[in-house]
This record gives sequence, C-alpha cells and structure tokens, in this order.
Amino acid sequence: MAMLAFVLLASGWLEWAFDLRVYRDPKRLLATVAIAAPPFILWDAFAISQGHWFFDRSQMLGIIGPLNIPLEEYLFFLIIPIAAVLTLEGVTRFLDIVRQRVSQ
Amino acid sequence: MTYTLLAASSVLIAVLLDLVVLRTRLLAQGRFWFAYAILVFFQLLTNGWLTGRGIVQYDPEMILGVRIAYAPMEDLAFGFALIVLTMIAWTKLGVRSATNSRREDINVG
Repeated sequence: MAMLAFVLLASGWLEWAFDLRVYRDPKRLLATVAIAAPPFILWDAFAISQGHWFFDRSQMLGIIGPLNIPLEEYLFFLIIPIAAVLTLEGVTRFLDIVRQRVSQ
Repeated sequence: MTYTLLAASSVLIAVLLDLVVLRTRLLAQGRFWFAYAILVFFQLLTNGWLTGRGIVQYDPEMILGVRIAYAPMEDLAFGFALIVLTMIAWTKLGVRSATNSRREDINVG
C-alpha cells in the first residue's frame, strides 16, 4: 500500500506542475484503464491460480477481491496506468516547452 | 518458463498493436522512450522493494532466473506491455474525442 501511495504522489504532482488536464478528463482516463487493465488482471488471476507468483499475506491488507486477486493488485492496475498517462503527458508538455524556448 | 513466454508474448502483442494494427506509433516517438525511461526507473525502485522484501514471490520454475533489482526480468516485460497498452488506449481515445469536438464545432458553425 505504501508503494502505491508513493506512485500516486510521484506522478500526481505532474498534473499540477504541467497543468496536464489528465485528472480533469476522468472519462478518458477511466476508459483508458478499462481497456488496458482487464487483460493484465486476467493474466494476474491466471498466474495466481497457477502459482507463478504469490504474496506474503503478513505484509498485505488481507482483502482478497474477485478471481482471488488481492485488493493491492486491483489498485496497482488502476494506479500504474494513471501514472503512465501522467508521465507521457508530462514528458510531452516538457518537450513542447523546451522546443518553444529553443525556437525563441 | 511459463511466465517468461507470457511476458515475451505480451511485449510482442503490444508492439504489434502500436506499430502495425492500430498504428498509434508511440514506439517510434522520442517522447515515449523519454517517458518509459522515467517509468522504468520507478518500476525498478518500487518493484525492487516489493520483491526484495518478499511481498511478491515467484515460482523459480516459471521464470528464467535473471533478476534485476531483485525482480525477475520478466516483470520488466510485463510492465512494458502494460505501459504501452495504456498509452495506446489513451492516445486512441484522445484522437476520437478531438474528432468529436471538431465535428461539434462544424455543426455549431
């Protein structure tokens, strides 16, 4: 959970710093998550059921959601795509600013 | 090795979707690799912490055994595919909403 909070904070400031309007377009953001996350959630469910990877219950909240996937994993598949979008938009804006400065 | 094969397939599918099927061509743009460099740095940091502390553990039979910052290298492929698919969806949805608002402008005009 601490790691997920860290990712939210580490990427969240970009929204304000670069005025990205990513969080102000929640429909597009949630639609993005709704497209990108499901295949990986199914993969996670498969991997957990086959024992490809497993979790230390003592270091987790202990809340298990559908498909035997822990709550932290579901939050992971929400937060990581958001961080990815913020980073892409942040970098795009940053490069635009640099280009404008150079051309002036 | 099962995780290895799934991870390699997911990268292949993500690359094909971007370059061939949907032609978002993010992988051909410098800004993608700039963003990915930042994201992979934080992945190594956070995933290294999760695997180093044993919060997430792996069946040794399912991975190659090559580890980068405690985590199996397959995790990098998993993360890459997730990031690329996310950015493809975000880009496609943006193009669509831009087209719609332009259409609305034309209707209003």
